[in-house]
Amino acid sequence: MPIRQPEIECLNAEELKDMQGKLLSSQVKRMYENVVCFRGRMDEAGLKPDDIKCIEDIGKLPFSYKSDLRDYYPFGLFAVPMKNIVRTHASSGTTGKRIVVGYTAKDLDVWSDCIARMLTGIGVTDDDIVQVSFGYGLFTGGFGLHGGAEKVGATVIPMSSGNTALQIQTMADFGATVLCCTPSYAMHLGEEAKRMGMIDSLSLRIGIFGAEPWTEEMREKIEETLHIKAYDIYGLSEIMGPGVAEECEYQCGMHIWEDHFYPEIIDPDTCERLPDGSTGELVLTTLTKEGFPLIRYRTRDICRLNRTPCRCGRTHVRLMKPQGRTDDMLIIRGVNVFPSQIEEVLMHVSGNIITPNYQIIVDRVNHTDTLDVLVEMSRELFADNVKSVENLEKSITEQIRSALGLSPRVHLVNPNSIIRSEGKAKRVIDKREGKI
Amino acid sequence: MKIKQLSVFLENKPGQLCVMTKLLAENEINISAISLADTSGFGIVRMIVDDPEKAQSVLSDAGIIGMITEVSAIAMNDVPGGLSSVLNALSAAQVNVEYMYAFVSVRSGKALMVVQTDAIEKAESVFQSSDLHAISPSDIYRI
Repeated sequence: MPIRQPEIECLNAEELKDMQGKLLSSQVKRMYENVVCFRGRMDEAGLKPDDIKCIEDIGKLPFSYKSDLRDYYPFGLFAVPMKNIVRTHASSGTTGKRIVVGYTAKDLDVWSDCIARMLTGIGVTDDDIVQVSFGYGLFTGGFGLHGGAEKVGATVIPMSSGNTALQIQTMADFGATVLCCTPSYAMHLGEEAKRMGMIDSLSLRIGIFGAEPWTEEMREKIEETLHIKAYDIYGLSEIMGPGVAEECEYQCGMHIWEDHFYPEIIDPDTCERLPDGSTGELVLTTLTKEGFPLIRYRTRDICRLNRTPCRCGRTHVRLMKPQGRTDDMLIIRGVNVFPSQIEEVLMHVSGNIITPNYQIIVDRVNHTDTLDVLVEMSRELFADNVKSVENLEKSITEQIRSALGLSPRVHLVNPNSIIRSEGKAKRVIDKREGKI
Repeated sequence: MKIKQLSVFLENKPGQLCVMTKLLAENEINISAISLADTSGFGIVRMIVDDPEKAQSVLSDAGIIGMITEVSAIAMNDVPGGLSSVLNALSAAQVNVEYMYAFVSVRSGKALMVVQTDAIEKAESVFQSSDLHAISPSDIYRI
């Protein structure tokens, strides 16, 4: 398969390090001047931008956290004036408040470049028709893949998510050759196409799936059902969106584009940097991002980096599939969900006096993630009136849906019916296979 | 006459009612009238029992939520038109019935009705001014 930017994608290790050092040092300077939060942390650590001369110096720099995005909501971490920001995206935070990210025109261009590198590397060209079935909107998925696909000159169908029958009809009628969506939705689309007797009307040959964890078994199943090759893509809104790391044709880990993103693996407890090949928390630094740069961002994803040479010839390190999280974040239908968001809704519903006991049950039924929330009935919530109890159920459902962007099924259950171990109710039960 | 009713929240699944009635039986609480309103997920059981406070506390100890509410209870003749005349009187007074359940007392030969309205005081005065027989709590708790 062709390599889109061989002079960068195949750059030797020494030159790459040299390049990263220069980018880091200028990024730190710019952020020190423009981002109050970063300057404060540097000052606290007794660091000056001049202390950062090469990429090895990165270990001296302070970490940044998801909570920073909440604390400086909405635009407080941007490093350029708002007139230079041309796009915002947002995703869920750990509490009710969303986190917001911003891009300059150049940032959007880099984003498309990263995706275009992947697309070229797996054989997508201007002859392809790409159906983007990731959600369009504040979520980064849709627009991210869209930009990259246009960059390689492919024909884009900006389908967005939902309406499965129309998705399949469009894929067939427009002759889509590439499908981008969450892996669970790909499974669902495959099953439905089969049921509708339309599998043979499809021209798909490649699938790009991400935004939620999936297993090798799922990959095999999707490839078999849709008659495609399925590739993994990794990203997070805070850093850019999808395209931070992507698989090449050899499907053996996702190349992190190291000219834009510098990865480290740390021990999440001691915060010490771990040698290559160790499993730990992924920490990412944006080396070129203008609008919303982040230094040493704690992704909370547990994974491993692989520096052994890849058969494709690219020198950029490979990220092995994340193995879990250091926090309690769940990924449900591609949406990041923190149990604390649900807790906040329940607290509010009960008039901020007590939080009813609750349990979150996540499962995968017919390849689609399901979210059930059990809420224990209490004397405070009960009324001798079917309508008010039903309204309570509806109101909890609606408020969770609005907080998460995801519809739950809410069940009111008997008091003390949620099993407690050592006095504490188990808050989350994830029954999905291959979950992280 | 206003009487005390015990309303209980139950999940809509097998065995729930059985657990509740067993607890009442073990504590020698008699149910004189019962009705069950169900939805797909849960049910509300409404009962007239001989000792509502004791019943509530027995259930509460077992983790079953019950609340005591006031409802109206009336007696009418067990003949055609008995219920119709009651509802006529409520309708004329613009009182809305939320729910009701009726049963026949073999001892008195009367049809007894438990009714919850959106205006209990108004309903009570309707009952008093009409020729309907209000039932005293002691009568209905032990039918």
